[in-house]
Amino acid sequence: MTAPIFELLQQQLVPADADAASTTAAADATTPPVRSLGVQHGVLVLAITPAALLPLAQRLRDEFTFDLFLDVTAVDWPGEALRFEVVHHFYSTTHKARVRLKIRVPESDPTVESLTSLYGSAGYMERECHDMYGIVFRGNPDLRPILLYEGFVGHPLRKDYPKQKEQPLVPYRPPQSALVR
Amino acid sequence: MPLSAEPILQPPIANPVQAVFTASRDDTTVVNIGPSHPATHGTVQIIAELDAEKVVRTDVHCGYLHRGFEKECEDHTWHNLIPYVDRLNYCSALINNFAYCDAVEQLMGIEITPRTKYLRTLLAEYNRVADHLTCVAAQLMELGALTAFLYLVTVRDSMYEHLAALTGARVTYSYGRIGGLAFDVPAGWFKRLEEILGEYEQYIERVHGLVDRNRIFIDRMRNVGVISTKDALHWGFTGPILRSTGVPRDLRKDTPYLAYGELDFDVPVGINGDNYDRYYVRMREMDESVYMVRQLLEMIPEGPIMVDDRRCVFPDKALVYTEIESLINHFKLVMEGPVVPAGDIYLAHEGANGELGFYIVSTGDGQPHKVHVRSPSFVHMGGVHTMLNGYQLADIVTTFGSVNMIGGECDR
Repeated sequence: MTAPIFELLQQQLVPADADAASTTAAADATTPPVRSLGVQHGVLVLAITPAALLPLAQRLRDEFTFDLFLDVTAVDWPGEALRFEVVHHFYSTTHKARVRLKIRVPESDPTVESLTSLYGSAGYMERECHDMYGIVFRGNPDLRPILLYEGFVGHPLRKDYPKQKEQPLVPYRPPQSALVR
Repeated sequence: MPLSAEPILQPPIANPVQAVFTASRDDTTVVNIGPSHPATHGTVQIIAELDAEKVVRTDVHCGYLHRGFEKECEDHTWHNLIPYVDRLNYCSALINNFAYCDAVEQLMGIEITPRTKYLRTLLAEYNRVADHLTCVAAQLMELGALTAFLYLVTVRDSMYEHLAALTGARVTYSYGRIGGLAFDVPAGWFKRLEEILGEYEQYIERVHGLVDRNRIFIDRMRNVGVISTKDALHWGFTGPILRSTGVPRDLRKDTPYLAYGELDFDVPVGINGDNYDRYYVRMREMDESVYMVRQLLEMIPEGPIMVDDRRCVFPDKALVYTEIESLINHFKLVMEGPVVPAGDIYLAHEGANGELGFYIVSTGDGQPHKVHVRSPSFVHMGGVHTMLNGYQLADIVTTFGSVNMIGGECDR
């Protein structure tokens, strides 16, 4: 079952010369900014470069009415050149269709653009992803820890984070400083 | 013996939560509400800046249960996760169960049997009623309407006992299985179900009579915690909160799954997006769910509840003890778990609070590479401050009750 909006999206967003290569291909100058990975389980999946995210999300929201930003998360593929795969999920209440964006970023510079300027819901979810995987969302005005405390070392959902690891205790801070940034 | 002059050393307790702001004016105060405030539920902390009784701005922290749901998932077989998904939204665990199982089944390409399909739909709707009852009851109790609370919780308790008779557990059912259900419905269960639906209707009518036109209730609920459609979409709200603003977005209608395509039901929507609308949307939704359960009772066919697929379904015990293939099959399913083909899937069901999505990545192994849950409560916490700012301090209690935040869903 393919929604008509998917064909339109593929025509409009994916450059004609882009081939549906695997997601693991390294991002270099020859990588097309948007590649279609086809419709998987009723969801249009696009593999994009980090630079293409913000303009693409803007177009998705403004031109194609993808008005709900559902989720952002990351997948850890240890040992690969581009270790993290940041996955964004969008939903359109008009077309009742879903789009998934996949971005590969290296461990040395796990940075993608933040979508907080477009969707308010991105704020909390990017904070969670930042906590759990150490992905840096450039432009998020409030990237404080959300589930972990200040001073937590490491990122628990990375594959190399041991399950049994103990964390140092939170150092004592005087109560009056608790509300002062 | 004289008391020691040395002060007793305080244990090193630090506040791990820092507010994003300090008081902006001289005449405002920053107060902490929570964590675990008696008038709210869950481990939530709201740092609010108050101008007398008025909330100027808030910073909402969702808290953390330290259960490590997603990390644990990567270390267990696909089957063994089912008890973990139960504990996400413990008010409607069956919906979590079925959403997770559905996601894995779609990834494996399994089509469940007709009886399972209808039973799952029925149980999901039944559990949605229980969840909404909990939410509405808690909200009313927080406003002091104790009688209404007792009425609603009476029905909910009948449902919990009834579900315990089916699944063996009061709230953490673990009833779904990849490829079907744990076991079939016991004798007489459907008869008792009809009795409870009748009981529900009696009590819900009394609650409508008690509060719907109650002056205090309306004054506390109308035009409080208002959110516009645009804001609700912007902040990613789904479920009853989004519907209370007038958007008829319901995954059961939009992209029908299980047996929802064959059922007749309405999607109740509100007008204002205030607390009263959220209360009323939930009340109406329960009626729709009961209507659906009644339809489903007529539709459930006889037949097996598990698919015949040896990749995920345990062979009969009689075969395990007599056949070597079945013995090996059983052993491999226990030790290595079902093998799910490599790939990823995002599958969402309409949970009681909104869109409950599972993003699952498999590498073709017996264990998931990643299980991510898109839980409605967590996303709602990101935008709840828009519903709190500008109202009175006491309104935080009602508005927060109408969001129905579940701590287990905020966990990762």
